Amino acid sequence: MAEEKSKLQRLLEQGEFVVSGEIGPPKSAAGDGVRHHTEELKPYVDAMNLTDNQTAIVRLSSIAAGIHVMAAGGEPIIQMTCRDRNRIALQSDLLGAYSLGVRNVLCLSGDHQSFGNHQAAKNVFDLDSIQLIKTVRDMRDKKAFHSGEAIKKDEPRFFIGAVANPFADPFEFRVLRLEKKIRAGAQFIQTQCIFDMERFEKFMDLARNRGLHEQAYIMAGVMPIKNAKVAKYMQKNVSGMLVPDGIVERLQKAEDQTAEGVQICIEQIQQLKSIPGVRGVHIMAVAWEEIIPTIVKGAGLLPRPQ
Amino acid sequence: MIVAEAKPLEEILDSLKGMSKVLVAGCGGCVAVCLAGGEKEVGIMASALRMKRELAGEPLVTVEETLTRQCDPEYVKELGKKLDGVDCILSMACGVGVQFLAEHYPDMWVVPALNTKFAGATIEHGLWEERCGLCGECVLAQTGGVCPVIRCAKSLLNGPCGGSQNGKCEVKPNACAWQLIYDRMKSLGRLEQLVEVAEAKDWSKSRDGGPRQVVREDVKIDG
Ligand code: SF4
Ligand code: SF4
Repeated sequence: MAEEKSKLQRLLEQGEFVVSGEIGPPKSAAGDGVRHHTEELKPYVDAMNLTDNQTAIVRLSSIAAGIHVMAAGGEPIIQMTCRDRNRIALQSDLLGAYSLGVRNVLCLSGDHQSFGNHQAAKNVFDLDSIQLIKTVRDMRDKKAFHSGEAIKKDEPRFFIGAVANPFADPFEFRVLRLEKKIRAGAQFIQTQCIFDMERFEKFMDLARNRGLHEQAYIMAGVMPIKNAKVAKYMQKNVSGMLVPDGIVERLQKAEDQTAEGVQICIEQIQQLKSIPGVRGVHIMAVAWEEIIPTIVKGAGLLPRPQ
Repeated sequence: MIVAEAKPLEEILDSLKGMSKVLVAGCGGCVAVCLAGGEKEVGIMASALRMKRELAGEPLVTVEETLTRQCDPEYVKELGKKLDGVDCILSMACGVGVQFLAEHYPDMWVVPALNTKFAGATIEHGLWEERCGLCGECVLAQTGGVCPVIRCAKSLLNGPCGGSQNGKCEVKPNACAWQLIYDRMKSLGRLEQLVEVAEAKDWSKSRDGGPRQVVREDVKIDG
C-alpha cells in the first residue's frame, strides 16, 4: 500500500499554497488521454480532481481515471457523487479506490440527471453529500461501516474533501452548510468557480467569523474563460455560477479574448491568494487542461513543492 | 390526496382491443377531486371510447358506474351487479383502485385508465403538485413543514445543493425546496436547527421490500 497521508494533505499541513487541477474523464474506454493530461499537468499542479460523471453524462469512472493519473505519476482527487450509488456501492467503491492507492476523495451531491445524456435514469441520493462525508470519516476514525458494523482490518483512511458554492442561494445558508460539512468530517474544501470576488470575500468573512478557515483547508476555485460568448453562456445557463457583467465586458473589449480570459484568471488567483483563510486554488479548465501551465506560471506559483 | 391523470386515449384503446363491452368504473375519492376519474370523467371517457371505436368500425358498448371509493371492499362489491356480459373493466381510479377491482373480480380483466402520479394537492384550478413522497418516517418537524424528500430534486436532508439560485431549483422550473425551508426556519427563528447534521434516512421504512403494512391491534374487530 502507498503511504497513508496523501501528498495533498501533506502539502496543506506544511502550509504550502496548494494548486489543484481537474481532468474530465473521457466518454470512452481509453485511459491514455487522462495519462497524457497528467504528464502535462503534473509539474504545475499538486493534485488533480477526476470528475464523477459530471453533468450526469456517462464517462470513464472517476476511480478508474484516478488510477490512470497515478500510473502517470500524478496525485488524484477522486470525486464521488451521491447521485448514482447507494450506501452499499459508495462504501464498496471507497474500499476499492483505497486498495488501489487513492488517498483523496471529494464528496458531492452531483448534478441532477436531467442535465445529462440519460434523462430517464433513476437517481439514488440514498445519502446526501454531508452524510457521505460522515460515512468516509466514520470508516476511517471509527473503523465502522455506515451500518455501524466494524471494519475489522485495513479500513480506508481517506483525506476528505467537500465542495462549497458561495454563489448559490440562500447566501447566508452557504456558510452554515460549509460548517456542517466540516462538522461531518470534511478536511479540505474546494469552492465553485469564483468570478464575483466581492461575494466571495463576504463569504470568507462569514466563514472566518465562525472559525471555519482554521478547521478545514479552503481552496478557491477558478476557471479561465475562453471568450465573451462562453462567459455569457455561463451567466445565463449554469445554475449556481455568478459571472459579473464586468468580466463579460472586459472580454468583449479585448483584442485577444482568450489571452484576456487567461489574464483575468491569473489576476483572480493573485487576489484570492491574499484573502486570509484561502489555502490554495483549484483550477477548473475541463476540456482546456493545456492552459493550466500558463496560468500557474503567470500567477507566480512555480516551482511546485514536492 | 392521490393525484392521477388520464392515460393517452390511444393507449387505453390499445388495452381494450378485442373487447366489445366495457365497464368504465369511476371513483368518487381522490381522483374525483383531481378531476381525473370521477363520475363526470367516466362519462367523457366512455363516450370518447365509443366514438373512436365507432369510427374504427368496431363499436363498443360501455357501462358506466362510479363507486364512492374503489379502495374499499364494501363499495367494490357493488360493482358485481353491473358485470353482465362485460368483458373488461376499465378502472378510472388510482392504482390502488385498479388492484382492488382485480382482486375482487378474479375472472375479470381489469385495466387502468389513469396514470397515478403522486400524493399532492390542488395549487390552483388545473394545477396539482406533489407534497409527500410517502417515505414512512416523516421529517417535517426538522424541516419547518416543507418536505425535502420529495420537493428537493435530490432528496437532500442537509441543506441546498450548489444549484439553488434565486429561489429556483437547478431542475427548472421548480422552486428550491431548501430555499423554502430556509426562509421558513429563518422567519420562525429556528435557523440553528438546520446546522444539526441530519442522519441518513432509514429507507427500509420507505418503498423497499414489497408492500408496507400498517397494523393497528387497537382498531381490529376480529378477535
Ligand atoms: S418527510 Fe416523508 S412522510 Fe414527511 S412529507 Fe416528506 S415524504 Fe412525506
Ligand atoms: S436546487 Fe434546491 S431543490 Fe433543487 S436539488 Fe438543489 S437543494 Fe434540492
